[in-house]
Amino acid sequence: MTAVGAHPEALHAEGVHKSFGRLEVLRGIDLTMATHEVVCLIGASGSGKSTLLRCIDLLEPVSGGRIMVAGREITARGVDANQVRRGIGIVFQSFNLFPHMSVLRNVILAPRKVLGLSRQQAVEEADALLERFGLADKRLEYPDRLSGGQQQRVAIVRALAMRPELLLLDEVTSALDPELVADVLDVIRDLRTQGMTMLIATHEMGFARDIADRVCFLDAGQILEEGPPSAIFSSPKEPRTRQFLDRIIRAGRL
Amino acid sequence: MNGRRGSHLFGGVQDSAAKSVGVAALSTVVVFAVLGYLIVNTPGWTEFQQGFFDSGEFSRSLPSIGAAFLVNIKLFLLAEVFILVLALLLAVMRSLDGPVFLPFRIISVVYTDFFRGVPGILIVYVLGFGIPSLQIPGVTIDPFFWALVALILVYSAYVAEVYRAGIDSVHSSQNAAARSLGLSRAQALRYVVLPQAVRRVIPPLLNDFIGLQKDTALVSFLGVVEAFQRANIISAGDFNFTPYAATAVFFLIITVPMARFVDWLVARDRRRQMAGAGAR
Ligand SMILES: Nc1ncnc2c1ncn2[C@@H]1O[C@H](COP(=O)(O)OP(=O)(O)OP(=O)(O)O)[C@@H](O)[C@H]1O
Ligand SMILES: [Mg+2]
Repeated sequence: MTAVGAHPEALHAEGVHKSFGRLEVLRGIDLTMATHEVVCLIGASGSGKSTLLRCIDLLEPVSGGRIMVAGREITARGVDANQVRRGIGIVFQSFNLFPHMSVLRNVILAPRKVLGLSRQQAVEEADALLERFGLADKRLEYPDRLSGGQQQRVAIVRALAMRPELLLLDEVTSALDPELVADVLDVIRDLRTQGMTMLIATHEMGFARDIADRVCFLDAGQILEEGPPSAIFSSPKEPRTRQFLDRIIRAGRL
Repeated sequence: MNGRRGSHLFGGVQDSAAKSVGVAALSTVVVFAVLGYLIVNTPGWTEFQQGFFDSGEFSRSLPSIGAAFLVNIKLFLLAEVFILVLALLLAVMRSLDGPVFLPFRIISVVYTDFFRGVPGILIVYVLGFGIPSLQIPGVTIDPFFWALVALILVYSAYVAEVYRAGIDSVHSSQNAAARSLGLSRAQALRYVVLPQAVRRVIPPLLNDFIGLQKDTALVSFLGVVEAFQRANIISAGDFNFTPYAATAVFFLIITVPMARFVDWLVARDRRRQMAGAGAR
């Protein structure tokens, strides 16, 4: 990989379609992200947010369309998916830490086996990240001894240890108790300050308004409306967006 | 955590542990005494005892059966090593998805279906008598060797299914997490999926090995002199079945501790799971 942020376009998706059998989940997604940009994906449950993120990380093959990351088409034939995934980090709603490994081994596994770092170097970098996110004293714990918020921060550290150019976050706070959400959101704010390019699927509208450069409203597999958070949240143009936001407000989440 | 889930082996009497131990002991003694009394007073007991539990015959046959039992143990230990490897290979082959790997999946499925579907004794016969009868130059006719191969082939099919259950029990999100970090399919399998899968299937794996330990007696049909075959020989000479009782004792010495060990592992895992759930 060349220097981080070498290409002005971190992500460019063009007419992305994805079907599971006869169920068409993504129906022509067009999305372009500049390097260092933070984009939030909002939309009802089942609208396809997770699927889009999984397609970008090549965890699901697309059924149609193209995805370019840093100017390179990753959906082309013959592309080495393992190599693509190295440059993209993804953090899941359910953490998915490896339960049979300590926090430290969770973090250094991929840098050692994929990037080929020496153990010493991988540990040094992991410790620096763990320290930065307030996890230094947990480095030798196993995941089942951590709180949800700590587990999620470890998952973020694990993704960051691969020095990704693009970070995908899939509802990283929705499995957490309310009092743990703030810690994780602080981590993401911190990453934004560092200039990390992030695509974030979230139900936390307050957070989206706060952190996003741009918000995309996903509805039935299409981006129905997008714009700066101030525009989307205060004067949505599409009736569907308005409906969605009204429901969220009634549920007390904005 | 709510409430204790200790085992109520002693009937859950709350007021005193000593009392419940006493009750358990008394009830055990009474039940076995009654059973013993009934059996000893059956009309044929005396002949039965002489035929199957003759103490003189028992102690006479014990040493030579013990020596022959070493053959069973050797078979068991050798077979075990190869089974663990071959079965893992079969299970991994079956877990590969994607059209490219269809032939591997087919081989694995056909293999396990065949060797689980055919009686083990048949495989022992076919290999033990069939292959030597072909008289292929350079191929051994040693019955011990072919018996070993037969046990490996048959038990690998069972153990492969155990492994497969373990692999399937590791949620696909673990694999996705590993792949998303850039690990290859093989690396994800090796570092993330298999370690978790194997840990979970150790108890059923050991159960299969208890079966294997017993089935080492099948090789007696090829004339390999192991414990059961030795008992056959002594029994035929002395017109007494007691050597079989002596053989049973040797098998039990190995299999019963294994069974208790499995119980202990299962109980320990359950405790850990509860402790893990409590830590959240
Ligand atoms: N592997 C799969 N196989 C079949 N259908 C799937 C699969 N993954 C997702 N779907 C379907 O795709 C649709 C979109 O799912 P997706 O998880 O992308 O929604 P989402 O917007 O992330 O929802 P949520 O807010 O609840 O996380 C759903 O109807 C879901 O049932
Ligand atoms: Mg989702």
